[in-house]
Formats: sequence, C-alpha cells, structure tokens
Amino acid sequence: MIDTLINQRVKSIQPSGIRKFFDIVSQMKDVISLGVGEPDFLTPWHVRDEAIYQLEKGRTTYTSNSGLLELRQEICHYLYNQYELKYNPNDEVLITVGASEAIDLAIRAVIEPGDEVLIPEPSYVSYSPCVILAGGTPVAIRTTEETEFRLTAEDVEECITPRSKILILPYPNNPTGAIMEKDDLKAIVDVLKKHNILIVSDEIYSELTYGTKHVSIASFEEVYDQTLVINGFSKAFAMTGWRLGYAAGPKSLIAVMTKIHQYAIMCTPTISQYAAIEALRNGMENVRCMVEEYDRRRKLLVHGFRKMGLDCFEPKGAFYVFPSIKSLGLSSEEFCDKLLYEAKVAVVPGNAFGKCGEGHVRISYAYSVETLEKALERIGEFVQKYKK
Amino acid sequence: MQEKILELIENNSRLTPEQIAVMLGIKEEEVCAEIKKMEENQTIAGYMAIIDWEKTKKETVTALIEVKVTPQRGLGFDKIAERIYQYPEVKSVYLMSGGYDLCVIVEGKTMKDVALFVSQRLALLDSVISTATHFVLKKYKDHGIIFNGKSKDERAAIWL
Ligand SMILES: Cc1ncc(COP(=O)(O)O)c(C=O)c1O
Repeated sequence: MIDTLINQRVKSIQPSGIRKFFDIVSQMKDVISLGVGEPDFLTPWHVRDEAIYQLEKGRTTYTSNSGLLELRQEICHYLYNQYELKYNPNDEVLITVGASEAIDLAIRAVIEPGDEVLIPEPSYVSYSPCVILAGGTPVAIRTTEETEFRLTAEDVEECITPRSKILILPYPNNPTGAIMEKDDLKAIVDVLKKHNILIVSDEIYSELTYGTKHVSIASFEEVYDQTLVINGFSKAFAMTGWRLGYAAGPKSLIAVMTKIHQYAIMCTPTISQYAAIEALRNGMENVRCMVEEYDRRRKLLVHGFRKMGLDCFEPKGAFYVFPSIKSLGLSSEEFCDKLLYEAKVAVVPGNAFGKCGEGHVRISYAYSVETLEKALERIGEFVQKYKK
Repeated sequence: MQEKILELIENNSRLTPEQIAVMLGIKEEEVCAEIKKMEENQTIAGYMAIIDWEKTKKETVTALIEVKVTPQRGLGFDKIAERIYQYPEVKSVYLMSGGYDLCVIVEGKTMKDVALFVSQRLALLDSVISTATHFVLKKYKDHGIIFNGKSKDERAAIWL
C-alpha cells in the first residue's frame, strides 16, 4: 500500500550493491577496517569544553536561520585568512547541517527537472542522489590516474550542454586524495567563465593538503560571482558528529538557500555553533598537528603499497590513498571481498564512487600508525598470494 | 630533522628506522645515523615503557617530596641534587621555582619504605632544611598517556 505512495525519484535511487558488503563487514570479528571517512581524532578538548560551558550557560534555544552572526563573522575571517576569499557575514554565508546540507540546498536551489549537473568521478557519493531527488540529471566526468585524478578543462568543456547548470568541484577529493592546484583551476576557470554555470566547490578537505596549500576556485575573480564555496568542521576540526558546515557565495543564491533551510531545518544545533566559534578562534594549532600526523601516515601507506608492487599515485589531499589493484586481475569488489574473508581487512571498492573508480580501492588513513602497519602486513601477504 | 625524529620517537619509541624514514621523507641510513649520534651525546637519554602498575600484582607506592635545602657556595644546588638522585629509589629530581627547591619523586614497595627513606636518608643530608612528603593515591595520566584512556573505535566499519 504505502509502496504505491512513494515518490518515483526516491524509488529510482537504488541502494548500492556494495551495501551488502558493508553489512558483512560490520558483523565480522577481528577485522581491521580501513573503511572510514571520518577522523580518528576526537574533537579537541578545548572545543568540547567550550560546548559544555555553553550548555551550562543555558544556550538551548534556536539561533537565527542563517546561524549565529558571530560564527558567520569568524568563518569570513577564516576564509579570508586561509584562502583570500571575501564574503559578507550578513548575507553571503549560511550555516548548514554539515557540508551535506549545503550540497543538497545548492542543488535544490538551482536545479529544475531535466537540468544537468556535471560531477567529476570518482567522487563522494551524495552529489548524484541529491541531483536525482531534485529532478536533475547527473553527468559524470571521468577522471583518471594518468592525470592524478585531476579534472581537466577539455573534459569539462566536452561535457557542457545547454542544460548544464552546475559543476561540482570536489577537491581535495574523496576517495582519490587528488587536489587541484592553481594552474589546474585556472584552466577550468577559463572554460567556466564563458558559461552561465554555477560552480559548487566542495572544499570540506581544504585543510588537509600535504606539501601544498589549498587554493579555492572562488579566489579567481573571473568566477567569484558564479561560485558557491562549501566547507565545514567535520574533517579539519574532527567534528563530524556536531553536524556543522557552511556555504559562502553570491547573496542571491545564499538567500534562496536560506529560504529552503529556514523551512526544512530552521537552524543548526546551537551548541555546535558555539563549539565551532571556539574551533575557529583557538583550534588552528590543533589542525596543524593533525595534518602533520595524517601526512606521516599517508607516506607510510604510499610506501607500503608501492613496496607490495601495487601502483599507487601520491595523493596530496584528504585522508585516503587510492591504489590500483588492476595488476592482480581482480575487480575492485572481488578484491575487497577476498581481502575481507582471507585477510580480514576491510577497504572500500573504488567503483562505489563511480564507474571509473573500478580497478582501485579506497583506503583511509584515519587510523593509528599501529593499525595501519598491521593492516599493511595483512594486505601485503594477500597481494603476494594473488600476484601473477 | 633531529627534532622531527625526536618528536616521533618521544611518542612511540618502537617505530623502526624504516618507518621513521618514510614518514619524514629521508633515508633510513640518515635516521640510523642521527639516532646513533643522539644516543651517544645523550640527547636521547634512554628508552622506557609506560606501565600502569595498578594492573599488575606488584605493590608500589609513589611519593612526591618537596625538599628545601641550603645551596652550597660555588656549587649551587647541583651537589645536593646529585647526592639525592644517586639513590635508586629516587625516580626524578627537579630544581623548582617557588615555595621549595627540589622536587623529588620516590618509588617504594610500601609507604613504610618511602617514609623510612625520607626520615633515614633524605632528611639527614647536611643541606636539607625540611621535607614534605605527598603520597600519590592514583595515577590518571603519566608521560602524556591517559591510563585506561583508549576508548573503543566507535565509528562504523565503513563510511563513504
Ligand atoms: C567530499 C565530501 N563532502 C562532504 C562530506 C560531508 O561532510 P559533513 O560531515 O560536513 O556533512 C563528506 C563526508 O565524508 C565528504 O567526503
């Protein structure tokens, strides 16, 4: 009965086949999982302490729909200091329930049935479903190991049609760890500035880059007015459970996003907003320490996989490595299945992030060095067995 | 580079030279040479494990003793500090600013052991003016490590 009531678009989004694999993982014992996309660090104590203090003070009511002005101001300072981005805290920033909500709002605010959204792949899994729910059509742009999974201007240009309305720019990238440097972005900018297309730049991993500083596409004047920057507290400040993110961009777009947010969400959790203010004011040193630790783990893993004889390009961002397992003659899912049963290590098949992720697996290094070393040992033995 | 190596092994002295080399992006031989150099010049003074003795059957007590002393002409506090730190039951000796001069940390099997050490040895030293002994009742955190602080990984096994 109820089934007949369900919206067709929602129905059309099939739970991925990989779900079954995940269910098995969560039921098995003694498995080392390298499958998680969130920091292993707890939120730094000074942030938790501030949240407790604010609770004691009785901060238990709604805030304004856009979020605390004080927080929006801190965010504007931060974006300016880190990435040279100028936004007005009054009407160009919206506090959202994680970057997740900001992605959904941006797509809902713009997409009409039949509109196309360009999504580089492999990439994070939420863009496509959000597009489909809004009635739009996701258009995948393949990225490959040859270009270190960077997006090229030619590939973007080729995919643009009169129906293209949004380009998602997911860098630093989950699952590949790829980044876009200034020159890479410049090429994209030169294409995009000729089109009436919104760039939705998901910069949730912007703090987690190694050896080079993140550049935001919004720092290019030519496309500043057609770019929405999305960021948040989950990854950089190890605050996934607080559910706090934000969008910054053109006033008119923020206004309509705020309209949807106002009716669907009201406002983000008040306590989380106070915690975020503390994180921005006094948390940058902690961020630096976490980045240093991630970097060491990253090097250990890249070294480890190359030593096993697997191709592993050097990821310069986020906290994932994305080695190729093609030389073993197994598909991504076969590899992950066998690795789980035979070596008791859980990793994520690359095709979970789009077809062109096939032949790769995503390995997270949001784990302690001891855990990573133990896992590397098990994976090493496994790879030896299958190597031809 | 030496400091980078030290920061790593201060937190985990069991890292292998290969691991350290990879994490810092330098050669393994360089790591070995630097460590050897720092062991020789005693920058690296030793290696230890951090043990929560509460978890074992072994009985131990730890006390922190505030010691006031008369510094000696020409020698300052060094001579008296040396006379104190030579005792094997003394685990640490620090020269302090503030209300007293030397902070002495002593370990013994029983409170009586420690009390005897203070009354029979420490208090009798020539330059010692006074002592105040504080027994440690419980160790929550030692050398940056929280005892029983490792919580289970509560994250889901797979999360995209
Ligand atoms: C690329 C990317 N964007 C957005 C998110 C969602 O982040 P938030 O916790 O801020 O909603 C994730 C989380 O894994 C992600 O990997």
